Amino acid sequence: MHGFAGDTLASALLANGVSRVATSFKYGRPRGVVGHGAEEPNAIVQLGQGGASVPNLRATQVELYDGLDARPCSRSKAQRLAGTFGRFMPAGFYYKTFMGAPQRWTAGVARPTALWTASEHVLRRATGLGRVPAGNDPDTYDRFNRHCDVLVVGAGPAGLAAALEAARSGARILIADEQAELGGSLLDGSYSLGGEHASKWVADAVAELASSADVDLLPRSTVAGYYDHNFLTIVERRTDHLGLVAANGTRQRLHRVRAGQVVLATGAIERPLVFANNDRPGVMMASSVSSYLNRYAVAVGDELLLFTANDHAYRTALDWQRAGLAVAAVVDCREAPEGGLVDAVRGAGTRVITGHAVTEASGRRRVTGAMIAPLGPGADSLTAAPQHIACDVIACSGGWSPTLHLSSQTGTRPRWHESAVAFLPGDLGKRALCAGAVAGARSLRDCLEQGALAGATAASRAGFGSGRTTFTAPETDEPSQAPSRALFLVPHPKPVSRAPKQFVDFQLDVTAADIELAAREGYTSVEHVKRYTALGFGTDQGKLGNVNGVAILARTLDQDIATTGTTMFRPAYTPVTFGAIAGRDVGEFHDPERHTPMHAWHASHGAMWEDVGRWKRPWYYPRPGETMQDAVNRECLAARDAVAVLDASTLGKTDIQGTDAAEFLDRVYTIGFRKLAVGRCRYGLMLREDGTIFDDGVTARLAENRYLMHTTTGNAEAVFAWLERWHQTEWPELDVYLTSVTDHWATTALVGPESRAVLARVCDDIDLSRDAFRFMDVREGHVAGIAARVFRISFSGELSFEVNVCAQHGRQVWDAIVEAGGEFGITPYGTEAMHVLRAEKGFIIVGQDSDTTTTPHDAGMDWVVRRNKPFGFLGDRSLDVSDHRREDRLQLVGLATTDEDTVLPEGGQLVDKPEAEAPVPMAGHVTSSYHSARLGRSIALAMVKSGTTRLGDTLHCPLADGRTVSAKIVSPVFYDPDGERQNV
Amino acid sequence: MLLIPCPFCREDRSEEEFSCAGEAHIARPEKPAELSDHEWGDYLFMRTNPRGPHRELWVHTAGCRRYFNVLRDTVSYEVLVVYEVGQPPPDPPGGDES
Ligand SMILES: [Zn+2]
Repeated sequence: MHGFAGDTLASALLANGVSRVATSFKYGRPRGVVGHGAEEPNAIVQLGQGGASVPNLRATQVELYDGLDARPCSRSKAQRLAGTFGRFMPAGFYYKTFMGAPQRWTAGVARPTALWTASEHVLRRATGLGRVPAGNDPDTYDRFNRHCDVLVVGAGPAGLAAALEAARSGARILIADEQAELGGSLLDGSYSLGGEHASKWVADAVAELASSADVDLLPRSTVAGYYDHNFLTIVERRTDHLGLVAANGTRQRLHRVRAGQVVLATGAIERPLVFANNDRPGVMMASSVSSYLNRYAVAVGDELLLFTANDHAYRTALDWQRAGLAVAAVVDCREAPEGGLVDAVRGAGTRVITGHAVTEASGRRRVTGAMIAPLGPGADSLTAAPQHIACDVIACSGGWSPTLHLSSQTGTRPRWHESAVAFLPGDLGKRALCAGAVAGARSLRDCLEQGALAGATAASRAGFGSGRTTFTAPETDEPSQAPSRALFLVPHPKPVSRAPKQFVDFQLDVTAADIELAAREGYTSVEHVKRYTALGFGTDQGKLGNVNGVAILARTLDQDIATTGTTMFRPAYTPVTFGAIAGRDVGEFHDPERHTPMHAWHASHGAMWEDVGRWKRPWYYPRPGETMQDAVNRECLAARDAVAVLDASTLGKTDIQGTDAAEFLDRVYTIGFRKLAVGRCRYGLMLREDGTIFDDGVTARLAENRYLMHTTTGNAEAVFAWLERWHQTEWPELDVYLTSVTDHWATTALVGPESRAVLARVCDDIDLSRDAFRFMDVREGHVAGIAARVFRISFSGELSFEVNVCAQHGRQVWDAIVEAGGEFGITPYGTEAMHVLRAEKGFIIVGQDSDTTTTPHDAGMDWVVRRNKPFGFLGDRSLDVSDHRREDRLQLVGLATTDEDTVLPEGGQLVDKPEAEAPVPMAGHVTSSYHSARLGRSIALAMVKSGTTRLGDTLHCPLADGRTVSAKIVSPVFYDPDGERQNV
Repeated sequence: MLLIPCPFCREDRSEEEFSCAGEAHIARPEKPAELSDHEWGDYLFMRTNPRGPHRELWVHTAGCRRYFNVLRDTVSYEVLVVYEVGQPPPDPPGGDES
């Protein structure tokens, strides 16, 4: 196929005589191009193949380039399915399928029904959603933040006038338009301004704007979203018109704009007329017929019939005639239209049939004629039988619907104006204005003057200029226009339910009969009808069909359109590529990782990784031939029998200083810190105000007024924010300074009976002996020659030293310790072995064994709670509320499976009587479960109702595969209950 | 996306730099032990949910990390006033705010 530079894919297809561009979603009917812009519902295409492929583009907005490869988004196989499927799909199919058939009411969450699951893939393929590109997108995208005083949306006559006027005030202006050229509707029609073709005025305006330093012109840029406080997103297509993949540079940019003022000059979209078989290829919008003729030199047929409810569309008949083509007739639904345009058409000898409507399009694959009949006074009946007129194009114009998508996105409800026969934007407040056709202007002169005034007003509100306009609109040649007639559904000799289909929404095949059916089935809210019929649910968001649908609903419900209201529009105005949204946040930048200083060592030693928050932590270090369980067993035994080493750098660390540091800690922890000696550590629980466990960790007193708090890895940021909040909002009088030092330090945890011997090889200025460096002591000295803070604390139950050094020395000290441990068989271990070791000791992991309902008592940790502190502590009072004193609360216990080799699934539900009739009462659930190499059996921690009083009872865990595992309730401390092993 | 004037940074900054910490002026009771379960429950859980001006606690998380109060309209999302923690709540401005 061939086209010309400046063609769109749609204009080229039409020029090449392609009248069928799609097959409809539900009924498999042939569809042609209807519009010429963002409103196009049928010509939805997917460009290219592979990773660069782009679905869901409107052929009317795709600029032609050499070698362009496009195909309809609806595919032939799906088309066949839809074609046969459609007969069984009345209105509400989508809705009923999604919501499911009426279900027996059972407890639990509603799930999509089997019907939906089965038909979803069919629907998805059939609804013109296109195909997900295969492979990675080869292009790059940018996303950036911008600021301006005035953002003008739309560069038609109103937008250009607004930008000119605002720019003259000295304000910083951004003007964006989705088309390749600025000019908007002036590009489509044969308008004259100041006695010359309107393109001259457009060129002058663009030249003036382009020469202003503070104006940025953005063609090929769609304002996709309008969010709170004048935050808008603009998708700028930089290279889409040149080829599928950008030859160089960025393909698209997402401008995140914070605008002082916004002028919405988004224009209006011509409204279709709803009559039988109005979806036949060849039925088009009148303005689109003109656009293809005037802008692209494409005649979309040979013989035109114009069907209109207003004067403006008469221009299309004039354009057609001027091009030397035949106009079969102008069918005007108004009784006595008059005015300059009507006179001009009549003067050219064209037959104008007034008081009539097209009741039905003839022809199957494309239009071959129109049936016309005289309309009764209420436009709800015909007064004579329809007559046939031959034609191959039916150009329609039901009037103009303001493009109020962006104004609606801000939450402003559109308002129906009876005189304008349109919804107009509601109150936009003090930071936005609308001008031109979107505000209801109908003449070019009004558009220009409204635009100029809006531009001056917006600039003045932003602090530039007086707000008075100096603009003098150029002379226009517009004859005055008579009012249009409100016509939303053309009557047919048969009732709506029996007439051939009268389409309201082309993309999703919604007919007038569907809307009437929805109303009959009891849906009276326009939002419900939308969801029931799928009206406006397509990728075109009902740009063409919405108003007709609302009006038909209103008529069916016998209420006015203002009462019925319209649905709201949401971002994006037209589909946005994921590339533009993601920008450069792809690949390694998609989700940044945190690495400890020892990361490279772990990687080179074959670590498998576990993600903990953003951190990458070694999970286990398999040796060749080892399974995960083999590796974890080996790592655990090394820690129990010899010596092992763990990178604990990710643990959250907060430095707390000030004369009230001890008081502050007393208030946020369940335990007291006031009497803790310098050089000593203490384990604390942090509670939420509702008394549940929020975090835990060891805090050391480094000096009289200085503490170092350790938090869990995953909770570090949340705990820090929690501390800041209480200090700033409730206790500002406390002299406390908080500093997050998590990644200032690298931590090597040396664990196992030989850990003292290993540490002694690299540290000679700390007395490591049992009585000089006791359990829960902290000492300062040097390790491998580097200043170090060493904690004798343990999360494994073994003798253990945690060596902290400045992060930049972390790898060096780790290497030295690993080398020193060589002759002891030092073994690196990961988070999995760490979890097994702590579970053997019954130490909880906050957030795994506890949840947001677990109190210290539930976790068997009353020993960490001091109830006699002067201030109390956060969560203190909640420990006494009646619900927390219930005896049948979930409590932490250990579980020993009857079969020692069976490891319970974490999350497994526990019951007393698995054979009982459903619903079986729950006794609790498994929170941690492992195979313990040291004990040679499976161990688990669980939360069980009244668990602490049920030691020795047997519970059962039904598995998904039908088996049931039984386990005895035991103490959660499986190993070394007296803590002898670290007391060495 | 809201534009929030941080009273400490003295700049209008984008919402994504901030976190909302719920309703403002929920003072922690001075003597929790003297409250009934019901009174303590009110402090823990009961919040107003007005249609219109609402006093909220915000924190400039990705900025100065300071907490401050915001009087924000829950219908229009207008940020009406920002003020420091410890300051008395201002009256909602009248209709002549511009
Ligand atoms: Zn700030």
